[in-house]
Amino acid sequence: MDINFVGLIITSIMASAVPLILASCGELITERSGVLNLGVEGMMIIGAISGFAIMTVTGSLILAVLGAMLAGVLISTIFAFLTQTLITNHVATGLALTIFGIGISAMIGKNFVGIPGKEFPVLFGSLKDAIPFLSPILFGHSIVFYFAFALPFLTNYFLKKTKIGLILRAVGDSPDSASNQGINVRLVRYLCILYGGAMCGLAGAYLSMIYTPQWIENMTGGRGWIALALVVFSTWNPIKILIGAMIFGGLTIIQFHMQAIGVRIPVQFLTALPYIVTIIVLVVISRDSRKIRLSTPSSLGKSFYKDN
Amino acid sequence: MHKTLIRSFVSSLVFLFTFTVAAVAKDVKAAFVYIGPTGDHGWTYQHDVGRKAVEAAGYKTTYVEGVPESADAERVLRQLANSGHDIIFTTSFGYMNPTNKVAKEFPNVKFEHATGYKREHANVSTYAARFYEGRTILGTIAGSMTKSNVIGYVASFPIPEVIRGINSFTLAAQKVNPNIKTKIVWAFTWYDPGKEAEAAKALIDQGADIIAQHTDSTAIVQIAEKSGIFAFGQASDMDKFAPKAVLTSVENNWGPYYVDRVKAVANGTWNQKDTWHGIGDGMVVISDLDSAIPADVRAKVNQLEKDLASGKVHSFTGPIYDQQGNLMVAEGKTADDGMLAGMMTYVKGVEGDIPK
Repeated sequence: MDINFVGLIITSIMASAVPLILASCGELITERSGVLNLGVEGMMIIGAISGFAIMTVTGSLILAVLGAMLAGVLISTIFAFLTQTLITNHVATGLALTIFGIGISAMIGKNFVGIPGKEFPVLFGSLKDAIPFLSPILFGHSIVFYFAFALPFLTNYFLKKTKIGLILRAVGDSPDSASNQGINVRLVRYLCILYGGAMCGLAGAYLSMIYTPQWIENMTGGRGWIALALVVFSTWNPIKILIGAMIFGGLTIIQFHMQAIGVRIPVQFLTALPYIVTIIVLVVISRDSRKIRLSTPSSLGKSFYKDN
Repeated sequence: MHKTLIRSFVSSLVFLFTFTVAAVAKDVKAAFVYIGPTGDHGWTYQHDVGRKAVEAAGYKTTYVEGVPESADAERVLRQLANSGHDIIFTTSFGYMNPTNKVAKEFPNVKFEHATGYKREHANVSTYAARFYEGRTILGTIAGSMTKSNVIGYVASFPIPEVIRGINSFTLAAQKVNPNIKTKIVWAFTWYDPGKEAEAAKALIDQGADIIAQHTDSTAIVQIAEKSGIFAFGQASDMDKFAPKAVLTSVENNWGPYYVDRVKAVANGTWNQKDTWHGIGDGMVVISDLDSAIPADVRAKVNQLEKDLASGKVHSFTGPIYDQQGNLMVAEGKTADDGMLAGMMTYVKGVEGDIPK
């Protein structure tokens, strides 16, 4: 097989993994603080429509990307207020957030159907053909693409090596002890939820502005749910999220290639393959039960009651 | 206390609504039931464009979007029939049984079911478009313009409508260029821009230099534009999404039929029909041909469009063989509508198997 061809396939895989990585890494921070937000899909779709709408109205790509992140923050504020201040159930509130997000994005989006998006600038575009195999992988992508691949490492460093990361994990593992140490548990959780919202908004904007520049209803197509699953199956480890997202994206792309080559495997099986294999691989690489216990935020999904 | 208040408020609202609807039901009112959101920029979007044409012709219309093809459909239909609508268009194949069932209960309401074949009661008509005629044109252009002789085709679900399109496209392409290969990728979705883009990229990476699609979003033509190859638009004119890549589009044009049928109800001339219109009747429209198409191909395509419209040329003219080499349509014959409606085999020259 041609080496450039392999390079092209890997590039496609990486591009399709970007929204999953962004949303998963955001959700990971939220969950590490002990909050289970099932509203990922809703926040992503809000990001998608906000980014696209702002880009169409103002013509500014930077404003659009920032606006999408801000929209993710705003919608997650609702979730944060409900679950942290009014102490509602995380699961129910998160599901409501998804339904709300899909509905309101469709409403706002009515006027943006059938409008072509803008071209998003790429970095190092001139180096695209410089080195065979490596060039398409390394060069000629949007800034969001590079950010997404740096994010798991940054997240890992943040959680393991910084003081704020330690506080965040303490809040997720034992909110009572953290609170007794003088940490404002509610504030930390608020910030983590808002950060998760921003990353989901960015993931949505990537879909509607960079990956397939257009708006149509439900265009996230369930990627938010996959991102959620990746967080759990990666046992809250950002590096494993990267691996999981690459496997999932990879099999999605490769199954299309297998169809095009004419491999005689039932197409339905090929279509299901990414889901099956991603789960199997992540379960296998994370099967150490002691590590699972250590890395699962102990207070995940539990409300924290304390008057302060 | 609160609950009772809210309940009585809601029920009075519902009552008022039904009352007003019943009170103004003198003019002809048309209702449309959609499978997807009107924001899909594809199938449902085009039906809604048709609905707007009815509105522009001076009739009142209502629509309900995102109706599942289940018992929900019956409920929605019954409600629409109850609330003073005179004609109801059900725009997806899966509404076939609910439409016929509800039609029996409301003999005075006319029902129009898209893409189905059951007309169990006198007040049910069916209608569909011969999109395959449009695909004959696309195939002719693709066969004439490909340099790699590999044409990509992103398909949605293995149903006769899609298979018919693949066959008609391939037959036309082979006619002008016997060396072409049609590579098919099943995306198993009608619209998911991300997936469609990935399918298109896979086909392009494997050497396809022209891509056809039977999914609804504009992602595929955008990918084609980025990769510097050609593509065809689906359902609506997609030229503005990819001005260089889109050679032409096959547009679904329901407006004239809808206006016609609603008018028939108003004049009292509505009768049961089974309509299957193509290019000739304007239900299938070929968008403007792109300037990248060479003059000789353009002339050929224009002639072909005229001949398909007049019926001089049929998309499925024999001899046609299936993949195993069995004769499907004899020389000089054309496939009849029964065969077309149930087409579930590839013709010779299409690669791969139909997913079962």
